[in-house]
Amino acid sequence: MSTTTESAAGAAPDAAPAKTGPGAHPPAGRRNRGKRQPVAVQHMAGWLFSTPFLVLFAVFMALPIVATLVMSFTDFGLRNVTDPLSAEFIGLENYTKLFGDEKFLKALFNTAYFVVVGVPLTVGLGLGVAVLLNNGIDRARTFFRVGFYAPVVTSIVAIAVVWRFVLDPSDGLIAGLASEVGLTSPDFLGSEALAMPSLIVMAVWRNLGTVMVLFIAGLQAIPPDVREAARLDGASTWQEFRRITVPLLRPTMLYTTVITTIGYLNVFEEPFVMTQGGPSDSTLTVSLAMYREGFNFFHMGYASAMAYVLFVVIMAITVLQLRLLKDNTK
Amino acid sequence: MSAARTTSPPPPPSAPAGPVDPKGPSWSDPGSGTAPKSGGGRLRKSGVYALLSIGLLVMAAPFLWMGLSSFKTDRDLTASPPVWIPSEWTLEHFDELLDRLDVPLYFFNSLTVAVLVTASNLVFCSMLGYALAKLRFGGRNKIFALVLGALMVPGNLMLLPLFVLMSKLQLIDSYAGLMLPFAAQAFGVFLMRQFMQSIPDELLEAARIDGAREWYIFWRIAMPLVKPALATLSILIFLGSWNNFVWPLIATNDPEKYTLPVALATFATDPNQSAGSNGMLMVGSLLIILPVLLVFIVLQRHFTQGLATTGMK
Repeated sequence: MSTTTESAAGAAPDAAPAKTGPGAHPPAGRRNRGKRQPVAVQHMAGWLFSTPFLVLFAVFMALPIVATLVMSFTDFGLRNVTDPLSAEFIGLENYTKLFGDEKFLKALFNTAYFVVVGVPLTVGLGLGVAVLLNNGIDRARTFFRVGFYAPVVTSIVAIAVVWRFVLDPSDGLIAGLASEVGLTSPDFLGSEALAMPSLIVMAVWRNLGTVMVLFIAGLQAIPPDVREAARLDGASTWQEFRRITVPLLRPTMLYTTVITTIGYLNVFEEPFVMTQGGPSDSTLTVSLAMYREGFNFFHMGYASAMAYVLFVVIMAITVLQLRLLKDNTK
Repeated sequence: MSAARTTSPPPPPSAPAGPVDPKGPSWSDPGSGTAPKSGGGRLRKSGVYALLSIGLLVMAAPFLWMGLSSFKTDRDLTASPPVWIPSEWTLEHFDELLDRLDVPLYFFNSLTVAVLVTASNLVFCSMLGYALAKLRFGGRNKIFALVLGALMVPGNLMLLPLFVLMSKLQLIDSYAGLMLPFAAQAFGVFLMRQFMQSIPDELLEAARIDGAREWYIFWRIAMPLVKPALATLSILIFLGSWNNFVWPLIATNDPEKYTLPVALATFATDPNQSAGSNGMLMVGSLLIILPVLLVFIVLQRHFTQGLATTGMK
């Protein structure tokens, strides 16, 4: 511990000048007994404290974000993994090819399907459970909360294994229960019509807990006196919900909808582990298509174009949601 | 959003409450309303309990199924109708798993990466969180904007060049390659900033007047005060790393460096290998989930607290 302290503090003056910018003040190490620290000391400390994050951010996030964009205009292939600079620029070719690529269009459609059905279900059910937990009962809240949140903390791989088994048409749990009442279970993951809905149900099951916890926090942040005042003024249960809870929950609703949408637009793990995109590409999502092009076929330029199209879509939808769901009462 | 509808009148209080009907009477606390407590209120509450219990059962069923199936014989596993409780308890699938997959090695890999990632995030996220919350310096707002922006960027966007970069750095199949992209996560910075803000300025100011250096103030004064936040951060980061799947899948070719989820998924998605080994896959899943689930149940407060903090502010 103490050695870390020494070295980091000792390193301070060296790294400082580069970052402090104009009006360089005297370096640290100066004692200012009885006086406020000069701004320069905090300035330097601030940048020093930021450096590790900024360096890692620059190398492993900013650089790749830019590199993906650049790669999407090249024919980056397997040989360029060892020799990236020899990739040739081919302009917008990847992008024009994309929009004639039936697989990609199908992936876009599948992803939209997943989001449009999955997000309202997840947010709606999460909100429902949160309200029931927060306002409907007064005992065993923690017990229920832990139970509903448990799938969030578990590995997708384990979840996929179990769900594949649950959904198995011959000796799965659902098939067994169905045969008990004289029904035959469909082959959920083997059917083009049912594979995607099955993945959506699984995603809702897995993400419900996150949404629930966010809504519970939002509900608890509503001051009790506001409710009290509304009741004293004779507000009914419904009016209280409609005029107090909903408006005050709006920021939470916005936030949960946005993060759930972003997460679902990126959906990759569920189809990768459960169906590998099948049957006949009915669960192929954009991220999965990108992964395949990039890491199975090493068409990395083409895959980069896919990644950027998805990114632009995500940004556009996020901005749109922020606009639409923003508190427009102000 | 469904909850924002204005029309539909409030349903009668006796209407059954349902999670898919967010307009139901269960939204408000029946016990503390202006209406006197009545039999209807109690009935309504029992209804809510029943509903939540059913929901919980649905949530827990796959876990129960997995746990019990891990101890079933092959005959029980394929029995129709399904048997919940094994007719004969067996550990044969544990043996099978250990035989066919080098579980201790993958466990060690997962653990090593998770510990390294957690340690680096504890230090780096706290440093920047402290600076953003408690230090006044030029560019602070820009850095904070950067952190918020980084929160929004989907991880899949960076996979391709990150793979190329790691290949060039010869970090494929190394612990460094597995951990570096996650060594300082924006969400951790955000979390720590929120908690650091709660430290009273007077305390830090007093230390500064006594001539303490900023690093000392950070490490010896601020950090001990945010221990609960550090616990929350450790749990969330550790878990994220333990469960991480896509990047380890890409960044490892050598089975010697597989993490537990990658090893299991590689096995499970290869039909030549996994055919007929459902019992073994159940055991593998159980081994991935069990440590995490236990930690979660014991420390569940930290999870929800952390999530709520990053979610709300």
